[in-house]
Amino acid sequence: MNRLTSTLLTTTILTSVAGVASAQDTLNALVWCDHMDPELIAPFEAAHNVTVNLREYEGTGAALALLEQSRPGDWDVLVIDGIDVFRAVDAGILAPLPADELPTADFFPEVVMDDVNTVDGVTYAVTEKFGYNTISYNAARVDPADMESLATVWSETYQGRISIYDYYLPVMGLAALSEGIDTADISADNLDTLGDVMATMRSRAASVAGVVAAQTALATGEVDIVVGGGEWLTAVLAEEQPDLTWTIPAEGAVRWTQSLGVVEGTQQPDLALEFVKYIVSPEGQARLATSSCFWGMPANAAAGDFLTDEQKAVLRWDDQPDYLARTQLYPAPDDALDMAMQDLWLDTLAQ
Amino acid sequence: MFAMGQRAKGWGFVAPALIWTLAFFIVPFIVMGAMSFATLDGRNLVWGLSFDNYAALAERRFLWRAIVVSLEITVTVTIVSVLLAYPLAWIIAFNVPPRWQRLVLLLTILPFWTSYVVRSYAWLLVLAREGVVNQTLMNIGLIAEPLTLANTRFATVTGFVHFFVMLLTLTIYANLVQLSPNYRRAAQDLGANAFQTFRHVILPLTLPGIVTGAFLTFVLCIGDYVTPQILGGNTELTVPQVIMVQLGRRADFPLAAALAIVLMGIVTLAYLAAARWLRLDRL
Repeated sequence: MNRLTSTLLTTTILTSVAGVASAQDTLNALVWCDHMDPELIAPFEAAHNVTVNLREYEGTGAALALLEQSRPGDWDVLVIDGIDVFRAVDAGILAPLPADELPTADFFPEVVMDDVNTVDGVTYAVTEKFGYNTISYNAARVDPADMESLATVWSETYQGRISIYDYYLPVMGLAALSEGIDTADISADNLDTLGDVMATMRSRAASVAGVVAAQTALATGEVDIVVGGGEWLTAVLAEEQPDLTWTIPAEGAVRWTQSLGVVEGTQQPDLALEFVKYIVSPEGQARLATSSCFWGMPANAAAGDFLTDEQKAVLRWDDQPDYLARTQLYPAPDDALDMAMQDLWLDTLAQ
Repeated sequence: MFAMGQRAKGWGFVAPALIWTLAFFIVPFIVMGAMSFATLDGRNLVWGLSFDNYAALAERRFLWRAIVVSLEITVTVTIVSVLLAYPLAWIIAFNVPPRWQRLVLLLTILPFWTSYVVRSYAWLLVLAREGVVNQTLMNIGLIAEPLTLANTRFATVTGFVHFFVMLLTLTIYANLVQLSPNYRRAAQDLGANAFQTFRHVILPLTLPGIVTGAFLTFVLCIGDYVTPQILGGNTELTVPQVIMVQLGRRADFPLAAALAIVLMGIVTLAYLAAARWLRLDRL
């Protein structure tokens, strides 16, 4: 064996060993921004002596495309919009979870959502956090009574003082609720009705904004109302600007949920499962609920023992039974309806 | 034998650049072109030779509208940037003493040193209803109520112009300082006034610098996602924003690829229109 061959062989072996060592020491997680908070992740890393490699993504389509292009084992856990769990299961991306090892008995019953997280009797994901897409507003600049009805929220009174959250599903859900249509009943037959509502909404709006832009707009006084906002938008601002608040109007609002699952093909299923169990544990849930990126209700009600009274007040812990009763899940369209809804949304934005 | 050795050596030198271009431009471009003729069956990609994605550009209003909006914004930004950058470059080249010119140029491009995203959000705050611009206008009594400046096309154009004036100033300045002062002297000796000298002598000679900077402005502006997303407030959609929607939620790579091809087509047309004056080697 000449020197070149031996050098190549040595480096190959070392690289392989380093790769294996790296795979054993690192958990790769495809997540939303609330999981990027070190306060949430550091305790798990310390307890298991691992590094969690976090990658944030936007949009289920992007996540599914990324996973489909990855090799089995590249990713270990996935955070996904609750309504999109079935898409990930259809694509063979999620691995079964041992339901009996998850503390769902302690969860708020409305967000266990077996019909979303379980397919053909097999559990593929677990709800980890929820909240509401509703109406956020500046109580010092609008009449709070007007915010109690969707009809007055986007009335002429607030022309140019509204921002619409840039995600079609919750906004179209709110449009449906304003017309007395349940989110589950949205179909191709009533899209025209929703289009009319959204056209009105759009004509009153100063902007259509993502999370940061909507927060900035509300905090700087650029707008006074965010349609599709909620505790996730205003909670992190509550301390500095107590006038920024939110409500669930008489017609109701849309409830969002996010789920967590183990990616099919992971090389470290035990560690991935431990991560899931940590996130849905009361301690993990309390940290996730108050993540620096956005706050939201923990799915596990036992997290209440690990939250301060102030944190629970901001999350409106005591109002949850009422809110859960008055809100409906995100619309969960099939592929064809989803495409039609997106086209309608883009048409509305282009108006 | 010697010539062959030289040739091999030459290929050896250019091979890395060729491989790089092949791997990271030619091959991806071919894949993107092929992707634009594919379709989606549900969420599954079906390779083929379908023109559905291009037909969709005509059928779906928001797609066609996005192309129009992108062109309107880009042309506006290019024209405004040239109109602002030319006098600035002129002042630096002819009115600032040579020993200060480097410092002034440095100050001119200083905003380049900050993050593009941070700069865009800064503009959002400056143009907000309670931002510096509105507060100043109200304090001096020009307006009674704050104007809606943020989340508008005006804001998008402002953010772009702030960026591209710096770029254009550099390309035009580079052209102006290469001009011999004898051209101006000769024109004046022949009886031309200042305007005639500029119109018939200076402007034609600096056209390559203007066109080169304008072309770069056009290319960078029409493909930019960040500025319209942050400053435009989604009040209208540009092509890159629509592409992001296709990728983010729908994973509709074929339609996104078709839109990207259309963007490349527009840039190619801009290149052909400007080719006569383009001097990219002067950058």
